[in-house]
Amino acid sequence: MNVLLDHLPEFRDGFIGTVLLTAASALLAMVLGVVMAGFRVSPVPPLRFFGAAWVTLFRNTPLTLLFLVAWFVVPAVFGTGMNPWTKALLALGFYTSAFVCEAVRSGVSTVPLGQAEAARSLGMTFSQTLRLIVLPQATRTVVPPLSSIFIALTKNSAIAGAFSVTELFGVQKLLSDKGFAIAPIFLWVALAYLVITFSISGLFRLLERRLEVAR
Amino acid sequence: MSSSVLYDAPGPKARVRNRFFSVAGSLLVVSLVVFVVYRLADQGHFAPEMWDIFNNAGVRANIRDGILSTLQVFAVAAVLSLVLGVLLAVARLSEHRAVSALATGFIELFRAVPLLITIYAMWVLFLTYKENLGFIGESSAYWALVIGLTIYNACVQAEVLRAGVNAVPKGQVEAAYALGLRKSQVMTMLLLPQAVRSMLPTIISQLVVTLKDTSLGYIITYAELLYAARTMANNIIVNDDNPYVPVVIVVGAVYVAMCLALSSLATWIEKRGRRAKTGITPAAAAEPLEAPGVLDAGGGPLGPHVEGEAGGAEGPGGKKN
Repeated sequence: MNVLLDHLPEFRDGFIGTVLLTAASALLAMVLGVVMAGFRVSPVPPLRFFGAAWVTLFRNTPLTLLFLVAWFVVPAVFGTGMNPWTKALLALGFYTSAFVCEAVRSGVSTVPLGQAEAARSLGMTFSQTLRLIVLPQATRTVVPPLSSIFIALTKNSAIAGAFSVTELFGVQKLLSDKGFAIAPIFLWVALAYLVITFSISGLFRLLERRLEVAR
Repeated sequence: MSSSVLYDAPGPKARVRNRFFSVAGSLLVVSLVVFVVYRLADQGHFAPEMWDIFNNAGVRANIRDGILSTLQVFAVAAVLSLVLGVLLAVARLSEHRAVSALATGFIELFRAVPLLITIYAMWVLFLTYKENLGFIGESSAYWALVIGLTIYNACVQAEVLRAGVNAVPKGQVEAAYALGLRKSQVMTMLLLPQAVRSMLPTIISQLVVTLKDTSLGYIITYAELLYAARTMANNIIVNDDNPYVPVVIVVGAVYVAMCLALSSLATWIEKRGRRAKTGITPAAAAEPLEAPGVLDAGGGPLGPHVEGEAGGAEGPGGKKN
């Protein structure tokens, strides 16, 4: 109890840091993931190949390695002006985008065939079919896996703490370095993560209910 | 739905347009790659001397040792997590309220906490009680990594197995009880083998996650592949610079190769199982879902009242059969 009350500012900053980092990289992952999923079902072979390569690469790379890439390779390419937060955002967003892409793609494949066929026979183009008919209906099946992906993202964001970004793992590290007993710190940090993951799953359950239609 | 439904067989106009997008897209990707390579080369990261370090026997030995210790941690954690996972799954499906509640609490707690937090807490704990536990040198980091990985992945594997058990048709359990099999016999002879068989692709996909997560040893300074490579790059200076970029590229290739080998095994088993006409269809070779399921109290097929829906067949097994 004492550890929490005495270090409330640190815990608060860590909590806010985790929430912000998660939200920002979730946004980046969503944008990249949906674009990549569009690439993967597109009629243009090089784009399909690029999407597949993207997913294969990022799904089979440890996140810690991506952090090292963001810390050592990205500055070499784009200059050294980036702060740790942006680099963590890039690593987390790119890593998660591969999973978002797979979720969206499998969501697309659950939309009944007739829908796309009807859209095609009405004369819609590929992008119209995808944008107006298939993706809106895919949203419904994509929501549950997305919730799971964002929960995983929240947990993965802990790695950023080891790379000097202010968030909850950083708080745990800081306090245990100061010599406080690890068990209470662990429990409080765990509780903080539980709060975040439960609100994500609650939010998505709400979203699911809103999107639900009688079929 | 095959993706080809989304567009017609291209006519002359569409073919021209597709060709245009092909060329434009390829050009964009190629130019991006060229830009990255150019910038890296510009700063001397592709200088022959930088890459010559991999001809050094010491560097090679370092990387080999790193790979070996990564594989060692993976092997031990994989075996232990599967054993603990089976135990947790059986405990969670148990009819005894206390056992089931305990297993549920354990699984939900450690599944919701980031693995890194668990590993770090273990590490600090082991360092604090080093003398009492008899750890020497690096072994506290090793055990922290192994036990952290074991606990987290066991919880996930337990949930996967539970989904597999719940997917076994109820009639089989009833038939087994009618034949006079005991509870433990039903579990070990009937439910678990079928659960493992149907969930094998998912289990292996989770093992890929375990393999990837061994890289968290980097943060608790355990000398697995990533940390070994990083410290090695720290100590080498070529052309007044540390060879971080070549080392990261090589280590990345090694990781991708290892994980690809394992995940293609999962895909192969899934495809082979789909061809087979008998038995339960295997689950998709995808990572299990992470949704916290504290609120779904699944009784499982062993429970007495399993009319209608057996709750909590979440995860990839949910949609099968």
